[in-house]
Amino acid sequence: MSALVLALRNAPAQRVDVGSLNPTALAGLSLADIAALTLSVGKRTVRVDDLFELSGDDSSDVVFRGDCSKLERIGAGMKSGRVTIEGDAGAYVGQGLLGGDIVVKGSAGAFCGTGMKRGRIEVTGDVADFAGAAIPGEMKGMAGGLLLVGGNAGERLGDRMRRGQILVSGNAGDYCGARMIAGTIAVAGKVGAYPGYLMKRGTLILNALPAQMLPGIVDCGSHRLGFLSLLYASWKGLPGPFGALDASACTVRRYMGDMGVTGRGELLVRGG
Amino acid sequence: MIINGVSIDDTFAEAFGMRGIRLIITAYNETWALNSANAMTGFATSVIACGAEAGIERLLSPAETPDGRPGVSVLLFAVSSKELIKQIERRVGQCVLTSPTSAIFAGLEEGDPVPLGKTLRFFGDGFQTSKQIAGKRYWRVPVMDGEFLVQDTARMVKSVGGGNFLVLADTQVQALEACEAAIREMRKLTDVVMPFPGGVVRSGSKVGSKYKALSASTNDAFCPTLRGATKSELDERIGAVLEIVIDGLTDASVKKAMEVGMREVCKIGAAGGIRRLSAGNYGGKLGQFQYHLREILK
Repeated sequence: MSALVLALRNAPAQRVDVGSLNPTALAGLSLADIAALTLSVGKRTVRVDDLFELSGDDSSDVVFRGDCSKLERIGAGMKSGRVTIEGDAGAYVGQGLLGGDIVVKGSAGAFCGTGMKRGRIEVTGDVADFAGAAIPGEMKGMAGGLLLVGGNAGERLGDRMRRGQILVSGNAGDYCGARMIAGTIAVAGKVGAYPGYLMKRGTLILNALPAQMLPGIVDCGSHRLGFLSLLYASWKGLPGPFGALDASACTVRRYMGDMGVTGRGELLVRGG
Repeated sequence: MIINGVSIDDTFAEAFGMRGIRLIITAYNETWALNSANAMTGFATSVIACGAEAGIERLLSPAETPDGRPGVSVLLFAVSSKELIKQIERRVGQCVLTSPTSAIFAGLEEGDPVPLGKTLRFFGDGFQTSKQIAGKRYWRVPVMDGEFLVQDTARMVKSVGGGNFLVLADTQVQALEACEAAIREMRKLTDVVMPFPGGVVRSGSKVGSKYKALSASTNDAFCPTLRGATKSELDERIGAVLEIVIDGLTDASVKKAMEVGMREVCKIGAAGGIRRLSAGNYGGKLGQFQYHLREILK
């Protein structure tokens, strides 16, 4: 069996919700059945084979090919299997993901991984604003699983994040971890202004603090935190700098906040 | 059956179903891991009065522990799930949480859940935080030397307590040295602990007593000083009897430990003053497990 390849015939001019084209939803369908499924493009309804050229037969391994930057909700709600996007992806990649792997071999649009509960999303390029964050109207953003970003992340990374881990190899924008409820965000590069804005709980692991810090983030000193050795060990082998961390290097400078809310969140600056 | 001059009694050890658990204690160095483990497994020789039977299973290298520090693996056994849960909460709370630099983790992946950090976290008075790492939940409880790291839940399994054998020798010293040699070998095994001081017990008991308040009393049939005054199991050559009691996570591990221990004693043999091997039982009416000495050594 070979991967089910969905190759765009032409880059769509409008956004297309392709959330239904995931391994869980396609399980048991023949290529003809999949070709006959319909998608909404603006106010038009089109067949899948109007938009994509289909090949392959393994619907547990779906590959999107072409300029996918207008394709939204790729892999949304899937429970298992694998989705690969060979290029940039649109917004809401892996929304509500319940399992399986999504790999974006490019950059992803806004709200990547929003509401995901399990599984793994790997974006080799950048993610736009609000990755792992709550969409408007939702109380919480990412609620589990792993979001790996090879490049940079936009603003409000992990806004209202509830659980899970986000690892960014590059930089993160302003208000990283804003309103965070729990979970872990690690950034290997620089972070923008005011990380941890109104965070209640959760952990931000950084290499350095930005110049613009909130007054509600308070210094608690330099400490060895044992849980970091378990955390780093669990990241061993991941692509990017986090996969090669020394599990015994657990000394960090600990800041707690945001004291404007419950103040049980923490910013851990590596190297202490 | 006679091995190297040691007569093997045609009898069996009678053991009981218990609930058992393995926990892993780590610390800054081996000394502090042992300090904590020794305290936690202290006063845990017999469920008759200690609530639990416990011991150190083995030392763990940093590569074998979850947090990459030196560690100790301990086994605890109790007569019921409820009692084991109570004992763990007390012993971990008083002996591990209190011990500098310590952390504690579940040592079994399968079994019924037992709260570990789930209850101890409340010591953090609201400052405790949890982390889910690789599918497991941990609690970080702030303490005066930093943070106490404890896994949320451990696992307990059905296990075996009370495997045993008796070493009958010419003299007290000969019996003791034979038991020491047996314990040295038995401690190389996993899944078992010998919960008495040094692994050896001298006060074997029988069920009941002439005193109504006591449920167990001295096993007079094996007391050499009563040889002429009671219905003794000892002949005139036996000067001392010592017992090794074994608790294990599985039936097979208890059996293996008994075999290893008895064979070590038999190596010393009659030349070293060892006359007989026997075992403690209650006529086979109380325990779920029977370990027949001659079957084990055949």
